[in-house]
Amino acid sequence: MNTTATAEPVSEKVRVARSETVRRFVQGDLASLRVVLGLAVIWIIFQSQNDRFLTAENLTNLMLQITAVGLISIGIVYVLLLGEIDLSVGAVSGLAAAVMTVLNVNHGWSPYLAIVAGILVGTAIGLLQGSLFSRFAVPSFVVTLAGLLAWQGALLQVLGSTGSININDPKITGLANTFYSDAVGWVIAVVIVAAYAGVVLAGHRSRVAHGLTGEGLAPLAVRIVLVALVTIVAVAILNSDRGVPLALLILLAFVVGFEYVAKRTRFGRHVYAVGGNAEAARRAGIGVNKIRIVVFGIAGTMAAIGGIMAASRLLAVNQSSGGSELLLLAIAGPVIAGTSLFGGRGAVWTALLGALVIGSISNGMDLLALSSAVKFMVTGGVLLLAAIVDAIARQQRQAAGRV
Amino acid sequence: MASGNALLELEGVSKRFGPVQALDRVDFTVGEGEVVGLVGDNGAGKSTLVKTIAGIHSPDAGSIRFGGETVAISRPQDATSLGIATVYQDLALCDNLDVVANVFLGQERISDGPARVSRQLDEAQMEHRASELLSGLAVTIPSLRSEVGTLSGGQRQQVAVARSLLGEPKVVLLDEPTAALGVPQTKQVLELIGRLRERGLGVVVISHNLANVFEVADRIVVLRLGRAAGDFEAEKTTEEHVVAAITGAGGGGGEGAEG
Repeated sequence: MNTTATAEPVSEKVRVARSETVRRFVQGDLASLRVVLGLAVIWIIFQSQNDRFLTAENLTNLMLQITAVGLISIGIVYVLLLGEIDLSVGAVSGLAAAVMTVLNVNHGWSPYLAIVAGILVGTAIGLLQGSLFSRFAVPSFVVTLAGLLAWQGALLQVLGSTGSININDPKITGLANTFYSDAVGWVIAVVIVAAYAGVVLAGHRSRVAHGLTGEGLAPLAVRIVLVALVTIVAVAILNSDRGVPLALLILLAFVVGFEYVAKRTRFGRHVYAVGGNAEAARRAGIGVNKIRIVVFGIAGTMAAIGGIMAASRLLAVNQSSGGSELLLLAIAGPVIAGTSLFGGRGAVWTALLGALVIGSISNGMDLLALSSAVKFMVTGGVLLLAAIVDAIARQQRQAAGRV
Repeated sequence: MASGNALLELEGVSKRFGPVQALDRVDFTVGEGEVVGLVGDNGAGKSTLVKTIAGIHSPDAGSIRFGGETVAISRPQDATSLGIATVYQDLALCDNLDVVANVFLGQERISDGPARVSRQLDEAQMEHRASELLSGLAVTIPSLRSEVGTLSGGQRQQVAVARSLLGEPKVVLLDEPTAALGVPQTKQVLELIGRLRERGLGVVVISHNLANVFEVADRIVVLRLGRAAGDFEAEKTTEEHVVAAITGAGGGGGEGAEG
């Protein structure tokens, strides 16, 4: 008769777990690790070319540069998890920032209300596009391409004849230009590490309470120490320049929050299920259309938040807000960092990692005074490479899929 | 009947799709702890019958009784809430999710406490329950955290069956459970069906493979051109008789056989 899963000897379980790790690395589930290594290589190369690259000042600048695109990418990750695409996020980010600015500057709204209104514009646009996509089964590519054009037109309309509006409100400009003191920076570090340790240990306790064998306490301790080290080093570097920027905290908060939603909640599970096999999800009683609409709503919302951060940093909105390469970088980032274009695979923190990779390339080449021409070509090359790696990983999975 | 009380009884069920009479006054029963093999040629109405029981099609005529009571099954949810679970041929699993996630797909357990607000998954509870469920079926799966896409066809079938048992059904419908499986995996699945019977479930197995049906079924019901063309006790008949009923070459065993 068969041996049961529970009756297997312990050594067998360990062997399976180990081969599982190897398989995950090869087949791309641990693509993020590859990307971290790639990022290290990129940093070493630029540092060797220009020793200003890894200074505290430049790294702080890098963080400020990636905030907007990283926030937009968070929404893109959700859309990619469904196996869909949203081409309108750049235009939506520009429009939302313009709405906020016009309400604040021209109509005298309070900065908070103006910000909320800008974000809600993004949410509404996302929900609309998601509804059109799921109701009429028009490919998301087409719906959001139409959106790209339409919302760019709306941006010009909202800006009116001036074409550019400066932002003076300190509450709004403060979003991207606030830095915390050293002491506050360290408090933040302690809070982050304590919260991480608390979550990890709570998860462990829950497994033990249900009589499940976990990975043991040692790997958990390693993870906690690793997070603590990264946090301490990051805060130390940021403190030696202007301090921890509010913009970075906003980005991190959204990354952590949406990572939690994706991996730990029923909604997130259903997003992965719809992206993996929509028909299976439907038969399991999951409201596929509802999931799709909400995901596009998230994409619109995050686009708006990213656009508002970009405007805060620029201290203005103008006709090219949310234009040019912003959209493409927001999509390229998560893909480079390992979120699959085919749906069902990926993680929210690839938004942050991808933005770091792309931001580093762009920042480094600026330091080397390379032209935009070279920057675009190199970034394009990196994206292509990442997409090919994703496709190869997918083929391997399919080849290994049904033994 | 070979086994205990009748769980599910269909009487005179008919279903027409445009000009095609897919089911024509079909009677069909399955009892507690009974495995019924449903066989027939392509287009004989096997899938239509199963989909009617599963609530995907509603019958044009006839009645369905479940546990002795007349019931209306007009939506898949009706079947599920009665305790009828269906495992489809294409399994409907998400390859990108692990075994636990697939077993609980659409029926995820939610944490107690403050995290309930966000509908946080209770992974530990789900893994615990999935582990119970699978070891109760003596299922061989290397790790509950393996992605389903990495499992073999037989293991995927076992996961699909385990998932159908989550709602503690009384009747399980299996559509071609051994199609596209190798010999050892087919054996695993047939053993699994045997264990469902031991638990007192009524099991309906659609299959093209008569050898498999004979190996596992207590009773074999033949459909031909939408009509019941034979109802055999597996131990008291031979493959020749069943094949004859399938092809209509005379000699059918039960009521409704073609004259």
